[in-house]
Amino acid sequence: MDLNTKFTPQSWPDHPETATMEAKNKFVGFWLFLGGETVLFATLFATYLALKNSVPDGNEFRTETLFELPLVFVMTMLLLTSSLTSVYAMYHMKNYNFKAMQVWLAITGFLGLGFLALEVYEFNHYIHLGFTFGNSAFSSAFYTLVGTHGLHVAIGLVWLTLLILRNAKRGLNLYNATKYYTFSLYWHFIDVVWVFIFTVVYLMGVVG
Amino acid sequence: MTTVANSVGQKKGFGATLWDWLTTVDHKKIGILYLIGGGFFFVLGGIEAMLIRLQLLIPNNDFVSAGFFNELITMHGTTMIFLAAMPLLFGFMNAIVPLQIGARDVAFPFINSLGFWMFFFGGLFLNLSWFLDAAPDAGWTSYASLSIASTGHGIDFYAIGLQIAGAGTLMAGINFLVTIINMRAPGMTYMRMPLFTWTTFVASALILFAFPPLTIGIFFLTFDRMFGGNFFDHTAGGNTIIWEHIFWIFGHPEVYILILPAFGIFSEIFSVFARKRLFGYSAMVFATVLIGFLGFMVWAHHMFTVGLGPTANAIFAVATMAIAVPTGVKIFNWLLTIWGGSIKITTPMLYALGFIPSFVMGGVTGVQQGAAPLDYQLHDSYFIVAHFHYVIVGGVVLAILAATHYWWPKMFGTMLSEKLGKITFWFFFIGFHMTFFLQHFLGLMGMPRRVWTYMDGQGWNLFNMISTIGAILMAIGVIVLIINIIMTTAKNVRVGNDPWEDGRTLEWAIPSPPPFYNFAQTPLVRGLDTYWIEKQEGHNGYTAAEPVTDIHMPNGSIIPFFMTLGLFIAGFGAMYRVDHSWGLAVLIFGLAFTFLMMALRSIKDDLGYYVTKDQIRRTERGRD
Repeated sequence: MDLNTKFTPQSWPDHPETATMEAKNKFVGFWLFLGGETVLFATLFATYLALKNSVPDGNEFRTETLFELPLVFVMTMLLLTSSLTSVYAMYHMKNYNFKAMQVWLAITGFLGLGFLALEVYEFNHYIHLGFTFGNSAFSSAFYTLVGTHGLHVAIGLVWLTLLILRNAKRGLNLYNATKYYTFSLYWHFIDVVWVFIFTVVYLMGVVG
Repeated sequence: MTTVANSVGQKKGFGATLWDWLTTVDHKKIGILYLIGGGFFFVLGGIEAMLIRLQLLIPNNDFVSAGFFNELITMHGTTMIFLAAMPLLFGFMNAIVPLQIGARDVAFPFINSLGFWMFFFGGLFLNLSWFLDAAPDAGWTSYASLSIASTGHGIDFYAIGLQIAGAGTLMAGINFLVTIINMRAPGMTYMRMPLFTWTTFVASALILFAFPPLTIGIFFLTFDRMFGGNFFDHTAGGNTIIWEHIFWIFGHPEVYILILPAFGIFSEIFSVFARKRLFGYSAMVFATVLIGFLGFMVWAHHMFTVGLGPTANAIFAVATMAIAVPTGVKIFNWLLTIWGGSIKITTPMLYALGFIPSFVMGGVTGVQQGAAPLDYQLHDSYFIVAHFHYVIVGGVVLAILAATHYWWPKMFGTMLSEKLGKITFWFFFIGFHMTFFLQHFLGLMGMPRRVWTYMDGQGWNLFNMISTIGAILMAIGVIVLIINIIMTTAKNVRVGNDPWEDGRTLEWAIPSPPPFYNFAQTPLVRGLDTYWIEKQEGHNGYTAAEPVTDIHMPNGSIIPFFMTLGLFIAGFGAMYRVDHSWGLAVLIFGLAFTFLMMALRSIKDDLGYYVTKDQIRRTERGRD
């Protein structure tokens, strides 16, 4: 593959993310990886549901009293919006508009960072209340499920930063188009998992 | 990126050779690495098995202590499943599947190398427990109530070692899936793929969906033991049954991950040495997919006695018995492939013929255990031990030994001695049935599994002694195989493309071992049993789908080795964090090192290199 080939918006392929053999492999491989990730989160969700509110005698922590929806609502909005901005970025990637793509990806990153900061605040708040990782089976299951998602966000942010910085000077080519595209797939996946966490952990925890 | 292609036959120093193997991304070399790694652990697990059998030779024996016996059974099971059977099968998948579909490498050569090193370092980590602390002792299933209570670091070695090795397996699974989906040669439709490729495909899909639960289960165990978690501690609201569910949601598909490639190996061998097209090819494919699907529906049959209730037990009992149907389809198709064939009794064919009755016996006892009420009688008795050794040894290990003889010429360019091969077979086959057949009856007579020793006068003495003698015969068989390998390598008699003379699939159309780019021109596939069709039309070799052009090849890399090393170091940190203050620093350093390597891989462009037309022509001429 030649990285020096200069494209124009006209010569840029319709599907740059699958334009070469390596790109096709990465594309399919990444979808399969997300399939495995789905099972991984499914196992975490099942365990959480089994251990939800399961605490030793005398332990006061329950979903109804612990969770506060306004904070989680803001977090949800931040992450959903970041998914939307990553779609804008991919739109510009397909139109070979590198600058616009980078800008939208940077916005995506800042929104993700905001989400992560709120999650750190939330966990910190719970820990100060005494709801630590080792407090009960419920707390272990909660932190593992939500924390695994948070870790995915953090890894995604590092990945995104490396992508933006590494390619800042050289622009789009058929080698890094797939990298950008798989990142956006990953980011959507994180978003979908969060929708389930919001519903199953927080909404059903407070309302159900 | 211009790198000079390593030309064939060039002499290299020890350092350069070592560097070459540490950095290789060539699927054929990684296949050989898997065989060496898996072979090493197979011998290790075999030694553990011999110690177990020697302890059980006579009643009231104290050859090993009770605690050591627990470590032996745990490590024997864990080693054989995760570090011997699976890697050995991966070795053949790596070496053969790309050749069978007419590809020049797997889809992700870099990840292929990473997967191997993670398996190897994970296995190393697990086995270092023998020297550093105590080996894990809660059984290969490591049920939570036992594993949480186990003192020392044994279980920690189990959890972290399997975590590293398991991640490597998951990568290998995704890699094979993408390879088979994307890299098939022109004309190689799904319904023209050889059965070994098909079974690799389905087994890889099972890996993709079965290993993430194991990852999570082991994380729970790690958290509970090392980071103050409470998943399995009932005094804090936890539930020990969760581990059993998660383990078997992984564990049952795992046995199909092992047996399906074995089915594929035997399907190849039957049709080659019966010199007939595989009977009922499409039914075989369908049965493979169906077994893979049903494999996820039956995990609770390992937990009939837990008390899930009659409804759950009934559903899982019926699902379990249903698996016998596609398996039966396969057995009959193999029989009908042999029927009326022009049969050659070679060593691989002997294994294949021995496999059918052995595996059927294991299958029949499996259906018996599937009947939940009967399972209450059989649970945790030697009957279970006999059953799973009949399917794993009588199926998977026979397949691995068969494949070793069958594909050895393709992988190494030399032919294992048929005479010694047949000696190995008879020792192993007779020894196998002697060891495990009587264990059915020991189970029915009430001998529980995993017991360290037993009292005299229960009528178990004779059968246990015969069982141990059988195990010795199996060991002799394996020793003969090792002698065979050493002699064959020393003699170094080179063979041609198709040493069995009846090869049907594409790997036999190219030299043994193949050049590093496999196919000088991408082959054109015109039907099932591609090479057989070519031979019938009088062609020598394969029909090319393209002119000779420059071939794109991936660069070798040391990064996979270092990534794994980081995790290996982090593992020790996580484990010793509990008793030493430096543990946390080591954990963070190891993880940071791995992430740094990942970042390096992401930032540094690695576009591979081209082998020029001239180089290909020179290499091809040099072989004629």
